[in-house]
Amino acid sequence: MSEPLLSIHDFSVTYDVDPPVHAVKGVTLELARGEILGLAGESGCGKTTLAYGVQRLLKAPAVITNGSVMFHDASGEDVDINALGAEEMRRFRWDKISMVFQGAMNSLNPVAQIGSQLEDVFEVHRPEMTPRQRRSEVADLLELVRVGAQRARSFPHELSGGMRQRVMIAMALALRPQLMVMDEPTTALDVLVQREIIRQISQLRHEFGFSVIFITHDLPLLLEITDRIAIMREGEIVEVGRAEQIWTDPQDAYTRTLLSSFPRLTGERGVVVR
Amino acid sequence: MYNVRGSGQMKALDDVSFTLRSGRTIGLVGQSGSGKSTIAKILIQLETPTSGEVLLDGAPIPRRGKALRSYRQQLRMVFQDPFASLNPYHSIRYHIERPLRLGGLAANDQVDGEVRRLLERVRLVPDAVIDRRPHELSGGQRQRVAIARALASRPTLLVADEPVSMLDVSIRLGVLNLLADLQREEGLGVLYITHDLATARHFSDEIIVLNQGRIVEQGPADDVILDPQNPYTRELRAASPDPERHFASAAGNLGGAQ
Amino acid sequence: MTGVQPQLAELDTDALEVGTTATSADGGRARVPWRYLGRRAAFYLFTLWAAITINFFLRRMMKGDAVSQYLSRNRNVSPEAADALRTLLGLDSDKSLLEQYLDYWVLLAQGDLGISLLHGLRPVTEVVSGALPWTIGLVGVATIFSFAIGTVGGAVVGWRRGSRADALIPITTFLSTIPYFWLGLLAIAVFSVNLGWFPIGKAYGVGMRPGWNAEFIGQVLHHGALPIATIVVASLGGWMLGMRNMMLTVLDEDYITVAQAKGMPNQRVLWGYAARNAVLPQIQSFALSIGFIVGGSIVMEMVFSYPGIGKLLLDATNAKDYALMQGVFLVITISVLVANILADIVYAFLDPRTRQAGV
Repeated sequence: MSEPLLSIHDFSVTYDVDPPVHAVKGVTLELARGEILGLAGESGCGKTTLAYGVQRLLKAPAVITNGSVMFHDASGEDVDINALGAEEMRRFRWDKISMVFQGAMNSLNPVAQIGSQLEDVFEVHRPEMTPRQRRSEVADLLELVRVGAQRARSFPHELSGGMRQRVMIAMALALRPQLMVMDEPTTALDVLVQREIIRQISQLRHEFGFSVIFITHDLPLLLEITDRIAIMREGEIVEVGRAEQIWTDPQDAYTRTLLSSFPRLTGERGVVVR
Repeated sequence: MYNVRGSGQMKALDDVSFTLRSGRTIGLVGQSGSGKSTIAKILIQLETPTSGEVLLDGAPIPRRGKALRSYRQQLRMVFQDPFASLNPYHSIRYHIERPLRLGGLAANDQVDGEVRRLLERVRLVPDAVIDRRPHELSGGQRQRVAIARALASRPTLLVADEPVSMLDVSIRLGVLNLLADLQREEGLGVLYITHDLATARHFSDEIIVLNQGRIVEQGPADDVILDPQNPYTRELRAASPDPERHFASAAGNLGGAQ
Repeated sequence: MTGVQPQLAELDTDALEVGTTATSADGGRARVPWRYLGRRAAFYLFTLWAAITINFFLRRMMKGDAVSQYLSRNRNVSPEAADALRTLLGLDSDKSLLEQYLDYWVLLAQGDLGISLLHGLRPVTEVVSGALPWTIGLVGVATIFSFAIGTVGGAVVGWRRGSRADALIPITTFLSTIPYFWLGLLAIAVFSVNLGWFPIGKAYGVGMRPGWNAEFIGQVLHHGALPIATIVVASLGGWMLGMRNMMLTVLDEDYITVAQAKGMPNQRVLWGYAARNAVLPQIQSFALSIGFIVGGSIVMEMVFSYPGIGKLLLDATNAKDYALMQGVFLVITISVLVANILADIVYAFLDPRTRQAGV
């Protein structure tokens, strides 16, 4: 395998409630530079908690109880994410790892124009840029995701779900991060819009070469778009493998259950007993 | 037999006609905004078509009185969100009792037995759920309760609007299989509204593809999905994940979506 | 019915936008929702009419009149003089109710609210407008202070939920449950009587001539400080609790997580994202509370013998000076309506979503 980008080692997250919930249990996972890794599992399996935990975005009562996350920067420097101070962490976020969230509807601040929300990113992370440079960068980004530069002055509610998710992708792309974590980015969207956005992500990835962790419960989709897939259940990764291997030769019983839960679009009938 | 025909001012629906027979399932597929939910709304009378009519057993929907009540008993709906369609303040028993009592479908001393029978019909253990409230049940159990409630008034038709899309993937098939069983055993006519071509194919006898309020393709499920004629249907099919075709055609072509 | 409702309206959105660039950019923002504005205007006009009409009939339904009250206090008035007084006050009742009603509107249109018996037969307009600035100035300043302190405090407390700052909430809530007159009297007892820091009442010192000079303004501030402080203390809790609760709701929104994932500094997330959204309902209640400035100051003005609208109303009621009462009621009604209109406008400005709510 090519050089690693992110190494997660023995990572555990516990929700400190009574009784404590062990949401992520000793996960070890390696992501290669330029790779698309799928993280599949049902709701409550800990996949989102893992993704948030890596960026240290978890809020109380969630506590990272164990493990390390190492980010291998393009500069050759290795960053131990758990060891970063609060200010270093803040600067690290979005610059190296950005995220696209599930709720395209709620990811944008409803009372601010989308242009200003995009500019925010530059204002904070690239303070040396002039307002003019920021605006032109935002316009470029909106063109890049085919939303259109003139939409910079629109408010989120004036855009459709698909458009909003494109804006979020533009935002995630703003600082040219090395990794994008996508949490159910297309789940709320129609199948045609979903496909269009997937296509766009793929294009951008070819152009800018970032890695992707793609989190979803939609295993058939992952099988088509990822290099490798990690199957998660009750906080543990039960199986990791190349997409083709997961499809043709699943090792874990749960993987097989998940695979058989999806009726095949063109395959054999008989999944629904009729 | 069941006819729908209608056209709307906003062109939510445009000259849509189809017939649903008892014991058969029609899958109504399309994107959001294609008009599929408008059809459901017309059937349960939340909307009135600007032109056209709905015929049940050859007769138009009655407007009021006893006949209307009987129409409503014959046509029941299962909604997408099992969290929102059950009242959190009431027990499961209450939810299923209500249509029984309102419709005068069971004598007072038989209500309890009938509620239990219905819960068993949807493969729930009556003693385990009957006195619980919706929030104490899992999503799949809740959807089963919603189905039991729909069955209480002994309907002949069931409109299921995305009945499994909010459920966890591993229990979706269970609920769909249950619906299929009930349909077969009770001879129900089912209108299955969904955006998911794969379940539509396996769950329906016939599929209707809606695009912008118009029927663009209609036919036996396998024909529509495996050999689509309309460009829109083909587009939908191409956009739907299909690992089988993917690995067959593009073996080794990994490294991202194409 | 989730999943069913939005579909009609969303017709022609997603599917068609795939892969295309937008064609109408700022379309949603330039549109003026005339129908919505028209409907609001009609609503307010109707309310105004109803309020004024009720105001008119209220007076007719009351027993006794100002002249009888006046006569009982001044025994040497002849019956003829009393009749003349009644005519002057428009209390001669040989006109039909409808005629009186129409006359009332005509006079109102001319800005004539009648004359006040209590205040030496001066026009009601003059009496009311003399008292109005005191109330608006004092209670207005107090309301603004209270709103500002409560909202900022509530934002910070909400942001640091679970920290020691949470203790502020029960404290301010406790203060706002103390009956206001008691709080006011307590403040006077401690700060005016015992410590002698502030004057006991009135808007300015006895014998002072109002004018725009430093001495007078200083007097006004000195006299106003204690009433303002007590109002702020009594009303702070509501603002703070409201803002804090709203903050807790907003902090759970996805866009807050996104802002944090974007690496925004905490201050920026707090003010630019969280508070910016949480403050919307606050602003609306603020605009509404402006309407109660005029009518809600009776107790304060009683306790501090402050020469504002509240005291005017109280005195007018005691003396059965109906013309004056009507005048005060009218002012209160109008100020509440104006505040409502203000709330509508402010909200439309702050929340882009309402701007296109033409429905």
